[in-house]
Amino acid sequence: METHHIIRVVGVTKAFSLGKMPVQVLKGVDLNVATGEYLSIMGPSGSGKSTLFNIIGGLDKPTSGRVFIDEVDISQLDAYELAWLRNRKIGYIFQTFNLIPVMTALENVTLPMIFAGMPGDHAVDKGRKLLGDVGLGERFLHKPSELSGGQQQRVAIARALANDPAIILADEPTGNLDSTTGGEIIALLQKMSRERNVTIISATHDFKMLSVSDRVVWILDGRIDKIELRDELKISLGTIQERHEPARP
Amino acid sequence: MPETENRRLRPKISRQIVLPWKKSLAMAVSSLKIRFLRSLITIFSLVLAIAFLCFTLTNTAIARELYRLHGNMALPLLIQAGYLFDPATATINAGPKELWLMVLSLLVCTVGIVNAQLMSVTERFREIGIMKCLGALDRIILRLFLIEATILGIFGAGVGCLLGMLAAWGGAFLNYNTFDCSEIALLPLLAEASRAWGMGIGLSILGVLYPAILAAKLQPVIVMKEEY
Repeated sequence: METHHIIRVVGVTKAFSLGKMPVQVLKGVDLNVATGEYLSIMGPSGSGKSTLFNIIGGLDKPTSGRVFIDEVDISQLDAYELAWLRNRKIGYIFQTFNLIPVMTALENVTLPMIFAGMPGDHAVDKGRKLLGDVGLGERFLHKPSELSGGQQQRVAIARALANDPAIILADEPTGNLDSTTGGEIIALLQKMSRERNVTIISATHDFKMLSVSDRVVWILDGRIDKIELRDELKISLGTIQERHEPARP
Repeated sequence: MPETENRRLRPKISRQIVLPWKKSLAMAVSSLKIRFLRSLITIFSLVLAIAFLCFTLTNTAIARELYRLHGNMALPLLIQAGYLFDPATATINAGPKELWLMVLSLLVCTVGIVNAQLMSVTERFREIGIMKCLGALDRIILRLFLIEATILGIFGAGVGCLLGMLAAWGGAFLNYNTFDCSEIALLPLLAEASRAWGMGIGLSILGVLYPAILAAKLQPVIVMKEEY
């Protein structure tokens, strides 16, 4: 059976102009991601990792090259279509949780559903169920400031899943959490992706995160350095750590 | 597989992101409630300016009423109070000083609103960015800010009008106590007050336009940055 590629990145380059100097951040990246895959993007800061991540998520446009999500070239979409893509196809999870501080957990989760045109009652029912699924059944009326970091990230996961997206983009989801809570969040993400066949792409420095990934993509100087499958990764974990440790702050 | 079929991006997908009016209104109201103190600061200059505007307009209306009731007997007092009498049309008008002060106060008030709203938009950059990541369109953000400004305008200008009217009435009783004021018709006074009210709502909306457009044009990628 042929694998269905939910994301195809073809020859993507990105140049920024810093003052008068053009800086080539991405120098031609090609990548295919299969549906339901758990992919981690890894690389030192300044490698172009975040730029690639933002381009895949439709938050940034490539200078040249194409990004296909479900065979639709997202660099050709207009503002309406991009908004629709962000609303329905992609769920975002951030390092800083990024819940809307003035809304309760439930309101945060239902907002994308309301944008999608779902009637209020349905949205509330589904929001309650999603919050239950991530283990926050009782705390749905709390504001983000009344929740711990781990709980906030659980709300963010529920929100990302609100419109049954095909892809979840997680930007250092465990970066602001302690190791135990981070582990729980990773387990939850993995469970959700398995149950719902959601593709997860995460940018991370967390080695716990790498060990649950199906594949790890290493970005170095704007290019894909190498792509490793999980099995290969376990063998070489020590050496990776050694090689990339000095590059990290 | 209808499920996968539904998930496919269709070529024409515009207008699929919505925020019903009822929900927009609820969001705007709760946002105002939560940021109550900031909202008060935003409308403070509006309250003052509209109070002054309403005070001046109502005073002029009272002067007109006095002239209508008492004719030339009231004229010396009115002219002494700074009103202009136009013999050709036989009408009482506010003096140039009053007009100048009115324009100036409205101008200062608008600048104050723009300033306060810019501040509040900057505070909410991240929130707006998150909404954009969740699929909000520019016009949804714009609409939320406009609704908030309208509500602020209705309340702020309303309070201003009440204050201005009370002051004008109080002043009239003190200044014109030699005349019989019981015959003064309320309707022209209320008409002037509602003009001031409408003007206040208009200014509140005008003041939020530039900040709201700025907010609506924010790119969702800003939430990835740490500084906001």
